[in-house]
Amino acid sequence: MYAQMVKSEATAEDPDKLAAFQARIDAGEKIEPKDWMPQGYRKTLIRQIGQHAHSEIVGQLPEGNWITRAPTLERKAILLAKVQDEAGHGLYLYCAAETLGVSRDELTEMLLDGRMKYSSIFNYPTLTWADMGAVGWLVDGAAIMNQVPLQRTSFGPYSRAMIRVCKEESFHQRQGFDIMMKMASGTPAQKRMAQDALNRFWGPALMMFGPPDADSVHSSQSMAWKIKMNTNDELRQKFVDQTVPQAEYLGLTVPDDTVAWNDEKAGYDFAEPDWAEFYDVLNGNGPCNTERLAARNKAWDDGAWVRDGMMAHAEKKRARKMAAE
Amino acid sequence: MDSDLFEFACRMGDNTLVLGHRVSEWCGLAPVLEEDIALANTALDLIGQTQMWLGLAAQAEGKDRSADDLAMLRDVWDFRSVLLVEQPNGDFGQTMMRQFLFDAWHVAQLDALKTSSHQQVSDIASKSVKEAMYHVDRSADTVIALGDGSEESHARMQAALTLLWPYAGEVFEDDTVDQAMADKGIAPLPSTLRPAFDARVRDVMAQSTLQIPDTEFAHKGGKTGARHSEHLGHMLTQMQWLQRAYPQAQW
Ligand SMILES: [Fe+2]
Ligand SMILES: [Fe+2]
Ligand SMILES: [Fe+2]
Repeated sequence: MYAQMVKSEATAEDPDKLAAFQARIDAGEKIEPKDWMPQGYRKTLIRQIGQHAHSEIVGQLPEGNWITRAPTLERKAILLAKVQDEAGHGLYLYCAAETLGVSRDELTEMLLDGRMKYSSIFNYPTLTWADMGAVGWLVDGAAIMNQVPLQRTSFGPYSRAMIRVCKEESFHQRQGFDIMMKMASGTPAQKRMAQDALNRFWGPALMMFGPPDADSVHSSQSMAWKIKMNTNDELRQKFVDQTVPQAEYLGLTVPDDTVAWNDEKAGYDFAEPDWAEFYDVLNGNGPCNTERLAARNKAWDDGAWVRDGMMAHAEKKRARKMAAE
Repeated sequence: MDSDLFEFACRMGDNTLVLGHRVSEWCGLAPVLEEDIALANTALDLIGQTQMWLGLAAQAEGKDRSADDLAMLRDVWDFRSVLLVEQPNGDFGQTMMRQFLFDAWHVAQLDALKTSSHQQVSDIASKSVKEAMYHVDRSADTVIALGDGSEESHARMQAALTLLWPYAGEVFEDDTVDQAMADKGIAPLPSTLRPAFDARVRDVMAQSTLQIPDTEFAHKGGKTGARHSEHLGHMLTQMQWLQRAYPQAQW
């Protein structure tokens, strides 16, 4: 999931209006931008959609790291298509956030100066070609787990953005799994890369769903508003149940000795990831936090003259048109 | 082995491969999100075209090499990309100026190749020309906007044009391969594409308020492989690294 630890806002508004709003949500109606909504609903959504959008944008970097080294023309084309999709997802999501009264530039500045977050997963490095497989398989796989239910979220523009995004995400996961298959059934070196990628991405992928429900203080209001559709632990369990058999199929070992099928709960038991590491990453101390933010800041700063030049041209064009009329 | 056709298809495919690679270096780093999407899309089109041209080259060579073998296992001297596409990205303006100068030739070339006497050449061109027309519209619009834009963007675009202009002419040099292609009706003689190119460039630069350098000089050596730039070798060390480090592997 790309939105972790989204703090939901308390709301102090007219109880009648709040009750009517909640009744609409409970009846499965979609809330549209022009409808009345509680301040807390608006603020929480801006934070969540913004964080999701930022994740798509920053998420280009770890995969961009391998585009220029893709081993075949076809792999290069597939990876380019995927990264292009991710940028497109960022665009849909920024548009959805804009309907709530915040501009893309404002959101961007909050990302760049650290006031807003993006998913912790993109603060990990991609070190071998197998990481392109692991990212598609595990990271896009985890994103899908979260985004499929969000297609039914209460906020209309967000729901519609998720429907468009989900169509493309399953292709992302498939191409990742396909890379893993090639690697896992390849030469000893390729197999080693595949196992190493799984070892490094397993824990961070589990962290994508956010902290355990017991420590997740913001969930209940968001769930009532249908901004969040499932708890963190529910989604994490689903992800493990889907992924463990896939790893077995690949002939790879999930880096957790405690993984075992549990008949009673009809799911796998598994160990919690290292939550101390998770909080370190959130606090800026992941392996790549500094580089990712520096790369985005540099891109933004280096591009200032382009954006200014485009604006100046648009302004001149408008003036010339006025003068001609 | 049809060595003239092999040479010709390598020239087409190496141009799109090398430029596609350069453009893909922008991934995630463009000035605005829309440009990230557009640059990835351009790179994707060019890599797709590379697969077709190098596939044809491999077939013309008849030595059981694949398009991937040609892309990933030839060294610098066997590449046939023009020097223009090897040039580094520089700033966004330099990248878009390089793109426009390439696109303006590419559209003219592909448009002429649609009527090639060689069926596959004509098929590839018919498919690619639509993409190239879209590319040239976009790169021309960007060059115009930034040339006409602010004082700074104008200065940067003029610097880009001045820097890259000496690399624009190489694609129009005729040699024996080109003559053989023209004799068989496979491809136009490169020099015949120059007037259409010049007309487009003059028009776009006039709208951009940019000055075309007053020189006919053109650097050469990429298209024939006689003398590439130093940049190409560095690009290949990245592009080809996996294939060369793990020669036994399937990807
Ligand atoms: Fe995405
Ligand atoms: Fe994604
Ligand atoms: Fe994705």
